[in-house]
Amino acid sequence: MENNLLSWLIWLPILAGVLVVAAGRGEGERRDALARRLALGFSVAIFLLSVPLYTRFDTATAAMQFGEHAVWVSAFNIHYSLGIDGISLPLILLTTLLTVVVVIAGWKVITERVAQYMAAFLIMEGLMIGVFAALDAVLFYLFWEAMLIPMFLIIGIWGGPNRIYATIKFFLYTLLGSLLMLVALLYLYNAAGGSFSILDYHALKLALAPQVLLFLAFFAAFAVKVPMFPVHTWLPDAHVEAPTGGSVILAAIMLKMGGYGFIRFSLPITPDASIELAWLMITLSLIAVVYIALVALAQRDMKKLIAYSSISHMGFVTLGLFLFNAHGAEGAMIQMISHGFISGALFLCVGVLYDRLHSRMIATYGGIATPMPVFAGFVVLFALANAGLPATSGFVGEFLVILGAFRVNAWVAAIAALTLIFGAAYTLWMVKRVIYGAVASEQVAALADVDVRETAFLSILAVLVLLVGVWPNPLLEVMHATIDNLLAHIAVSKLP
Amino acid sequence: MTFDSLKAAAALPEIFISLAACAILVLGVAGKKNNDTACYWLSIAALAVTATLSGMDFAAGTVAAFNNLFIADPLAKLLKIAVCLLSAGAFIYGRRYNRARGIFTNEYYVLGLFAVAGMMVMASANHLLTLYLGLELMSLCLYAMIACYRDDKLASEAAMKYFVLGALASSMLLYGMSLLYGLSGSLELSAIRTALAGADHNNAAVALAVVFIVVALAFKLGAVPFHMWVPDVYHGSPTSTTAFLGAAPKIAAFALVMRLLAGGLGDLFALWQQMLLILAILSVAAGNIIAIAQTNLKRMLAYSTISHMGFFLFGIASGGAHGYSASLFYVLIYSLMSLGAFGAILCLTRADHESDRLTDLKGLSARNPWVAFLLMILMLSMAGIPPTAGFFAKLAVIQALVRAELVWVAVVAVLLAVVGAFYYLRVIKLMYFDAPEEQPEAARAEPAPLDARLLLTFNALGIIAILPWIDGLISLCADVIRRFAI
Repeated sequence: MENNLLSWLIWLPILAGVLVVAAGRGEGERRDALARRLALGFSVAIFLLSVPLYTRFDTATAAMQFGEHAVWVSAFNIHYSLGIDGISLPLILLTTLLTVVVVIAGWKVITERVAQYMAAFLIMEGLMIGVFAALDAVLFYLFWEAMLIPMFLIIGIWGGPNRIYATIKFFLYTLLGSLLMLVALLYLYNAAGGSFSILDYHALKLALAPQVLLFLAFFAAFAVKVPMFPVHTWLPDAHVEAPTGGSVILAAIMLKMGGYGFIRFSLPITPDASIELAWLMITLSLIAVVYIALVALAQRDMKKLIAYSSISHMGFVTLGLFLFNAHGAEGAMIQMISHGFISGALFLCVGVLYDRLHSRMIATYGGIATPMPVFAGFVVLFALANAGLPATSGFVGEFLVILGAFRVNAWVAAIAALTLIFGAAYTLWMVKRVIYGAVASEQVAALADVDVRETAFLSILAVLVLLVGVWPNPLLEVMHATIDNLLAHIAVSKLP
Repeated sequence: MTFDSLKAAAALPEIFISLAACAILVLGVAGKKNNDTACYWLSIAALAVTATLSGMDFAAGTVAAFNNLFIADPLAKLLKIAVCLLSAGAFIYGRRYNRARGIFTNEYYVLGLFAVAGMMVMASANHLLTLYLGLELMSLCLYAMIACYRDDKLASEAAMKYFVLGALASSMLLYGMSLLYGLSGSLELSAIRTALAGADHNNAAVALAVVFIVVALAFKLGAVPFHMWVPDVYHGSPTSTTAFLGAAPKIAAFALVMRLLAGGLGDLFALWQQMLLILAILSVAAGNIIAIAQTNLKRMLAYSTISHMGFFLFGIASGGAHGYSASLFYVLIYSLMSLGAFGAILCLTRADHESDRLTDLKGLSARNPWVAFLLMILMLSMAGIPPTAGFFAKLAVIQALVRAELVWVAVVAVLLAVVGAFYYLRVIKLMYFDAPEEQPEAARAEPAPLDARLLLTFNALGIIAILPWIDGLISLCADVIRRFAI
């Protein structure tokens, strides 16, 4: 276990998922309870298992750590090759942590096919860790696509009324982008003389024309995932229809894979094309930041509002990455982690309300603070973090990205900074209408405050949001060497 | 000419299965009444023995027998094993179905065995006559296997249509072959190759011969625009026969394409590559798009077959050992998936209910969770979604295209694969997201026989479980193609 920690982290959740389904087979409350307990036990164990990744991580080097290599398909030179650096590590920890949260969040709410629900999340956890740890392009692609299957089922089986439209749209959008990436990977395989190693691709010399085409193919895959304007339309649909747990994983982790893809593939493999096309990426990011924020302002459905807010915040990630300076890149990374906490928490908050009144409409609520004071406290905290209040994690990322943007172009920075106004506007306006004001109806007045279970998962996220906001150093330390190395790598042209 | 000089031992599997088929036929007619069950089991046993015989001396070199009419190389052996196993699988899946519809007769299985013999002859053909003989033996048996279900209007129509169009395709093939004979003066594939090695590609006769051959192959494969018979035949045939003709004959078709195009006409690659590319793109496009409009599961799978044949042709059109071995791998995996998909339909079919409409799948995950799960794996694999063997099959073909510098064709292929993913996903949607239309009790009253369910489990789970060892299969395909005597 010492030497193949990453393999354990990938395969244990998948095995656990199979076990949970097997244990929860058949009907009856006892079976469901067993499935829930098993799922919680496994997810906590997997989280604890992932902690040594952090404690034993060497922050001084940008090289891949915890490496594992074995030949898999010799005919195509595909390797089972794993390893993590300062960019994958935080994302893996985010995954293991949020899976625990999601299992707790689905504890009482999910009453149908409980075992399958829990298993889907556990299996997805393993696949997501696989995406972040894979160093072989085919292995990466395998995890990347396989992950769609549990999510497709989660939205389709446990989702809302329009779930089928949403989940098929989600699947096909993502598949389209991914398959173009597959062609790009195969092109690189032949260009690299028959290697699927991502690290080999990093060192590969490429002329500008193929670089641009490769960049666009990768863009198709990652921009859909992030999602960037104009391929973002699947996200609001998927979020609105997904069950709470699905929304959390989708927003907190799956979107990050787009950002991760840009960092792992687009930037280091096609640096010249990235610089060449940075204007496009920056423009699209700014459109996401400003236009989508305005769209969010107009939403009446809380989940939709948070979904649009996600797109807007993810605009900061892509913006930061294509500024090509340390502030921008580190800001993008912090923003990814922080957005994982905040959007996850906000979706959980909507879930808490939805479980009680079965409505996501802002208009249904009003004056929640009176019957649910503790819950109101949490919502206000997460909302302020979403708006980028200093001393929360939301501030650090956005601030660093804006700082990075100033070094490139003051106008870009100024437009990006608009988010501080718009973000505050749509989030706080929602808080005002939902939490404060007169109590909207008798049903709202009769709401029970959060119970121990709900307090537990909200507290975990609240602590993390504040911790990263006040003391981001443990996080920055981990990724510092990797990001420096990445920026140095991009600065050297790969043109032959 | 002695028996030894014919090296007839190389054809031992064919000889055995033909004798076995005759013996079973005699037993069925001469023996006591109602021995159909015995004939069925004997047929399965005959297929198992034939597969074993085919696999003997697998690593041995190529043996040309019967004065070069017949060749036993590793490729032929691999294809024969696959044909026998897939056919046995189709027999096992179809037993209950056939019994309920009055076609559980010894003739049905004897015809099946003769069809297998035909496919095996095709796999080993080194001569246009042998090739044609094998092809016709297979085709005639298939027509009859469809027509066996004679009380059914659709089946009779399908048999008729298949027969007429099959005969048309055969005549085109014959015409192409006669032109080849005129050009080269020989019917032996290696001699044709030598004679045509320096042929002028602009020569009208050469081009005409190649066109006729390619058209005939496209007919047999069901590539667009020669695909019209496929949906009707798949739909109209009794499902047990559809399972049979959806799997093993695809392997035989691979043999046909390899022996004729890659073997005999190998030096005219540039000439037929363009034709195959156009056929392939049209097949993938039309197959995937028209499949969306289908309401019958068998018809949908027929259009899916057309698109898969397009992918198979992409591999061949990429050329070289890489392209051919990618195609071989693709066709092996595809026939497994196709067998499994029809096997799943057969497991759901009951005496009074065909269960072949898409709506019959509604809510299957509640009624029959295990079959629903297995069918989901098969559908994902057909769509080429990892982690399934279907993904690796597509990967191999697309890799061959990219390697042959046909990147734009690869892009078109993957874009159309996204279109295809939609109707496979719709099957999953029907099974998992929709509420059932009929009462679950009706389905539970008549579960599929244990052997069919076990086979389906192996068949579908194997498509995922093979992944850690998939290297073995891919390497085997590459090795077999490398030793293919071109």
